[in-house]
Amino acid sequence: MSKTVDARGLSCPQPVLEALNAIAAMSSGTLVVLVDTEASKENVCRAVEAKGWTLDSVSEDRGEYRIAISKG
Amino acid sequence: MPNRRKSICHCHAHPLQNQKDNLRAARGQATRANRARGTMKTFFSSRAGIIAVGVAIGVLAPLLQYWGNPGNMGICVACFERDITGALGLHRAEVVQYIRPEIIGFVLGSLLAALVFRDFRPRAGSAPVARFVLGAFAMIGALVFLGCPWRAILRLAGGDLSAVFGILGLVAGIFIGTIFFRKGYTLGRAQKTYPSVGLILPLCMAGLLAMMLASPQVQGELKSGVLFYSVKGPGAMHAPLLISLLVGLFVGFIAQRSRFCTMGAFRDVILFKQSHLLLGVVALLVAASVVNALLGQVKVGFEGQPVAHTQQVWNFAGMLLAGWSFALAGGCPGRQLFLAGEGDGDAAVFVFGMIAGAAFAHNFGLASSPAGVGPHGILAVFIGLAVCLYFGLTMRAKS
Repeated sequence: MSKTVDARGLSCPQPVLEALNAIAAMSSGTLVVLVDTEASKENVCRAVEAKGWTLDSVSEDRGEYRIAISKG
Repeated sequence: MPNRRKSICHCHAHPLQNQKDNLRAARGQATRANRARGTMKTFFSSRAGIIAVGVAIGVLAPLLQYWGNPGNMGICVACFERDITGALGLHRAEVVQYIRPEIIGFVLGSLLAALVFRDFRPRAGSAPVARFVLGAFAMIGALVFLGCPWRAILRLAGGDLSAVFGILGLVAGIFIGTIFFRKGYTLGRAQKTYPSVGLILPLCMAGLLAMMLASPQVQGELKSGVLFYSVKGPGAMHAPLLISLLVGLFVGFIAQRSRFCTMGAFRDVILFKQSHLLLGVVALLVAASVVNALLGQVKVGFEGQPVAHTQQVWNFAGMLLAGWSFALAGGCPGRQLFLAGEGDGDAAVFVFGMIAGAAFAHNFGLASSPAGVGPHGILAVFIGLAVCLYFGLTMRAKS
């Protein structure tokens, strides 16, 4: 089971901060990040990619985004 | 690397935008408009996109000055909101009274972009009263320096070297803010809300425009209808209404798309070592310097700069307060307008806080003038710093 970071409703810079904290604690594996603004989606994608994680999928459902990432 | 990122973002920029899109795609009816939207989305979230937006603002701001706006103040979100406050009579500093159409344009342009790109997300409820107070002290700090971060950069681009102290203060304030974020500071989650809530600030802006059209400026008169105007000083200097409004709409549109933010630019470098937003700010500085040079609007030095003072300790401290407030509230004044345009009711509360702060700043003698800091500006800066500390220390999520 992959870990989930629920950053819905949080404003800048917290979604990115929480995603980066989570991947720093994991070092490898899979992680799901939930956000609810397009800006947060873009920021989280950019930040985790810069840390060498791979974007597996990004899906939208009723204005909420589910970002699945993995490493290793 | 950039190519890889581009291709990845491209993949998820379009699918599943909403159910209507899905249906269309399922029927094989992906329209040309949808494809164009996808391409534009990809562009604005790219490195080239944020640089293009910085260049556009950097070109347009000096042009607005050329067309009539005050010196090194082609665009200043703090000063312009302060002028609006004066035009409404909420403070009575006669030299800074004008409903600035640029501000109206920023919010409505952002709303338009959010609607066109299906990014209008009404939300509210993340400690609004804290955001109101942060907005008020952000404004007070900015008026001790005499400019928002946009103007700090535009002042530098016009050769005003005192701006360096303001920018250093801004970065120091943002740095302090990031320490609190690392320690768990948060204003809490916003909730989805009614579209009508997200529309409140855009509607207020439309109302300001209507008031301006109903009470147009009369040459040499301090008052027309319900609105106050300046007959001298920075408030009397402005580009033609239609030009200001159109530039505002355009900047609001592209800034909503690219998430341009002068506070985020420095914060992301400090907090995440990410330079994406900073590229936009650097592009603004370079473009504005070039256009100022071409228009003969550069005068390098400390003394005699337009709407500025040389008390460098207070230039630094004013922006220290502003930068810390922007960081705790999650955006520079411009970004707060663009967020409010895309439906963020908490950002709208920050904007109202800035307007209240501007009223206090001029009614209580907190704002600086070219002669230096106001009689109570220094005390206000210390109170503001104490408020930021109080917020930063007490508003933390339990880990």
